Amino acid sequence: MSATLCKKEFYVQKFDFQHAGKAASDVRKLLMDYGYEQQLVRRVAIAAYEAEMNMVIHGQGGTLALEIDFEYIQLVAEDNGPGIPNLQLAMQEGYSTAGDEIREIGFGAGMGLPNINRCVDFLGIQNKPQGGTIVTMQVSLGAEK
Amino acid sequence: MNLYEVASKVDARILTPTLDLSREVYCAYGADLLSDVLAFTRPHTLLLTGLFNLQVVRTAEVAELAGIIVVRGKTVDQSLLDLACASRIPILQTKLTMFESCGRLYQVGMLPCSKDVECVNNVCHPM
Repeated sequence: MSATLCKKEFYVQKFDFQHAGKAASDVRKLLMDYGYEQQLVRRVAIAAYEAEMNMVIHGQGGTLALEIDFEYIQLVAEDNGPGIPNLQLAMQEGYSTAGDEIREIGFGAGMGLPNINRCVDFLGIQNKPQGGTIVTMQVSLGAEK
Repeated sequence: MNLYEVASKVDARILTPTLDLSREVYCAYGADLLSDVLAFTRPHTLLLTGLFNLQVVRTAEVAELAGIIVVRGKTVDQSLLDLACASRIPILQTKLTMFESCGRLYQVGMLPCSKDVECVNNVCHPM
């Protein structure tokens, strides 16, 4: 049975591009303070950033929860958006529903979920019946990806 | 080569003079698509981009990039430089285009972030 070492929640506002990325930055700093290895911190930070941008752009905002235990680092992004109608398409590199204004800031290229998948050891995506998406990401401690 | 040498190769101004630019940089990536930067760079990569906004600085921070060269003289806001300094991301600015900036650096031995480049402890060599 595993014990939780740290639990923290970050709030993400929809279309708040002034603060978008702040949660991922805070997650990164926290993991560095804990002394985790650079490659592992980078993988978690990239996954956190992509998930945060998804919540800002598509998800009507939400929460990003970080949980660390002895076996893994877990991020759960829970948003207030419409959900993902076609998960298979969303996982395809290059598929995006983002508009031109999102592309102008450098996102919306259809790489968000594939990028997360590249960084984590487990990715679970669940549409809530009442709307919104829960994206669960885990990076195993002690395992290389 | 370090970032001072990089700056001289691409006629760049150093916009964050308080940051240390003496660390060696071995590979670079040119893009305006930030997810590509997150997907295909290595730690301590130098980014060349024509886009400069808050998300570029955040991207550099989470991807642990060595620094950013803003190409074709794009204007850089002071608030973004403040964030870059706080995140310890050196910012250089050149009037050269992306193509010429990349070309000049490639010519003097800067490597791409491709799979045929091997990096150990952020030191990269062609395989």
